[in-house]
Amino acid sequence: MSFFDKLKNKFSNQSDGVTSKFKDGLSKTRDNFTGRMNELFAQYRTVDEDFFEELEEILIGADVGVTTVMELVEELEHEARIQNITDTRKLAPVISEKLAAKLEKREDDTRLNVQKDGLTVFLFVGVNGVGKTTTIGKVAHSFKQEGKKVMLAAGDTFRAGAIEQLEVWGERVGVDVIKQQAGSDPAAVMYDAIQSARSRKADILLCDTAGRLQNKVNLMNELEKVKRVISKEIPDAPHEVLLVLDATTGQNALSQAKTFKQVTNISGIVLTKLDGTAKGGIVLAIRNELDVPVKLIGLGEKVEDLQPFDAEQFVYGLFKELVEA
Amino acid sequence: MAFEGLAERLQGTFDKIKSRGVVTEADVKEMMREVRLALLEADVNFKVVKKFVNDVKERATGQEVMKSLTPGQQVIKVVNEELTNLMGKEQSKIAVSSKSPTVVMMVGLQGAGKTTTTAKLAQFLRKKNNRKPLMAAADVYRPAAIKQLETLGTELSMPVFSMGDQVSPVEIATRSVEQAKEDHQDYVLIDTAGRLHLDETLMDELVNIKEAVNPDEILLVVDAMTGQDAVNVAESFNEQLGITGVVLTKLDGDTRGGAAISVKAVTDKPIKFAGTGEKIDALEVFHPERMASRILGMGDVLSLIEKAEFSVDEEKAKEMERKMRTADLTFDDFLEQLEQVRGMGPLDELLNMIPGAGKMKGLKNAQVDESQIGRVEAIVRSMTKKEKSEPAIINASRKRRIAKGSGTTIQDVNRLLKQFEDMKKMMKQMSSMSKGKKKGKGNMSFPFM
Repeated sequence: MSFFDKLKNKFSNQSDGVTSKFKDGLSKTRDNFTGRMNELFAQYRTVDEDFFEELEEILIGADVGVTTVMELVEELEHEARIQNITDTRKLAPVISEKLAAKLEKREDDTRLNVQKDGLTVFLFVGVNGVGKTTTIGKVAHSFKQEGKKVMLAAGDTFRAGAIEQLEVWGERVGVDVIKQQAGSDPAAVMYDAIQSARSRKADILLCDTAGRLQNKVNLMNELEKVKRVISKEIPDAPHEVLLVLDATTGQNALSQAKTFKQVTNISGIVLTKLDGTAKGGIVLAIRNELDVPVKLIGLGEKVEDLQPFDAEQFVYGLFKELVEA
Repeated sequence: MAFEGLAERLQGTFDKIKSRGVVTEADVKEMMREVRLALLEADVNFKVVKKFVNDVKERATGQEVMKSLTPGQQVIKVVNEELTNLMGKEQSKIAVSSKSPTVVMMVGLQGAGKTTTTAKLAQFLRKKNNRKPLMAAADVYRPAAIKQLETLGTELSMPVFSMGDQVSPVEIATRSVEQAKEDHQDYVLIDTAGRLHLDETLMDELVNIKEAVNPDEILLVVDAMTGQDAVNVAESFNEQLGITGVVLTKLDGDTRGGAAISVKAVTDKPIKFAGTGEKIDALEVFHPERMASRILGMGDVLSLIEKAEFSVDEEKAKEMERKMRTADLTFDDFLEQLEQVRGMGPLDELLNMIPGAGKMKGLKNAQVDESQIGRVEAIVRSMTKKEKSEPAIINASRKRRIAKGSGTTIQDVNRLLKQFEDMKKMMKQMSSMSKGKKKGKGNMSFPFM
């Protein structure tokens, strides 16, 4: 049984809300991608150079990294040669298989590392404008729903209005926000926040940080310090360092993931803004090139639109029509 | 990320052509494949790339290239020219209404940088254009967005018009324009909430604002790191609103910024400004030709080519090349270089753009402080002629004099001397690196290539 058949069986009997939320959120992604795939097979009957070039473009159009695509297409060309496949339709299952293999590489653990006892600290990092503060608001909401005592640390002391933004989220969700003045040392905020979280016996502390472009060495050093201060207070903390990535980002997302990993050893990725027309193909590239799992994805504006990432569901959502066609 | 620039990508093909002396169709095809990959890696939309490559191919197989003595370089030139054409040759200015105030609407996706850009633009208008802008806080959705603009307004000592977040953005926009008239402010910059181009309700809201205030400019704020989706976003905003221009933000990152081409290609609207840093005055007028080089990752290779090929003063170019190769560089050359470089844009970006610089140890994460450059210049200018050409003679007493003359410290002078030595070493390294690659004497006279 092929990978996709397995997926198909798994999900065809499943009609719960989560699956449909995935499908709705990703519908733009899917329509575009599979539509083009189908066109490709209709247009090209024989496997030739033009066919592969077109295939390359479809994958690149989904923001799958160029390196990943080139690798994939090379493998396919090789496969077509040795199996002597000339009919494009016969190549279709090979394509699915190879794509799936890229995604299936690892069994990812997408669970968030929450401590059974004591304080759990999550640090949120990323470039400017990816949605760190909003994500924290949503994560806080979901932990609150589980009955946990959540606190937020306003570590973005740089951007105008950032502290206030987190405070509004605190009010909305009904959790405390630890803050200092704008412009103060974010590491000091973290220290304060941990002390308060301890004395107020909080379960979860979510730490916001200022957005920073990964090529700004000074700012990355500052982030390293923030992390160090947290680890000094609680040796195994932060329990998660989550890199927030904007799904509309192109090739640069890989550079972001690499650099933030180097500096803060990120433990997972939150992929936001997948409800737009962005294809989210970046996930393929990240999984293929980096050993960091995607843990959460943002599928909409509402608090409950932040969902755990399910690789199988994600693939299925992307390729459904292709598989079932 | 270790992007390969186009020049590096084309190196292999160049070498082949050189050893053969003629360009074949196959060579052009190979080069076009590299051009295509370079553009795709820079996040230029694949459709745009396709059309572009076809156009270039036509020109590249034409007489002007094939008959040229340096076909490889000609191809790069053609690519760059076409790219610059595509991006628009001219710098484009912000609108000025004949009837004050000029109304500017800022629109875009969430997190593109609208609020920050609004403040930067206000500062730009005041500082560079001597205007009196009013900022209007019409983002009533994102928590504390109004507060953000107000804080920026306080920092800049500039007025911000706000009515809280319980009033409709259309009303805020309308009233802000009235307010500006009353206060004799000559620009109104309306900061709107970020929204998805698919969100009909919110897009309608923008249309309503547009109808209410009749803006002279609608600027789409686009994150330079945007991937393939840039075309959909730009197309959609343009269709629904009729944008008049684009602001590209976060260009101080290490993205190639291919989104710029995509956006320009699908909307045919000029990119007017570029956001290049965290500071509030880090907004620049957009230079299409610089962007073309950046996207191709060609650094200043082009100007080097032009120099090598068309410069009347070939002697000088040769001399420079010899100096670079032998690392026989003086502070006069250094100053000259500094001035040229300074006119080209933010330095840390430039460093990234120099082909091969990414591979240099220590250069990769080099942070360049712009104010530092002024100091460096002062130091060099405080040297005597002899000191400039023979830095080795600079002893302690000379250092003291130089430091005094330039208003710096001896440590600063020492640092510069050390950096200068490092630079010479680097050049030696660079030229030996490329020497290793090529065999025999070619047309390409610069160690970068």
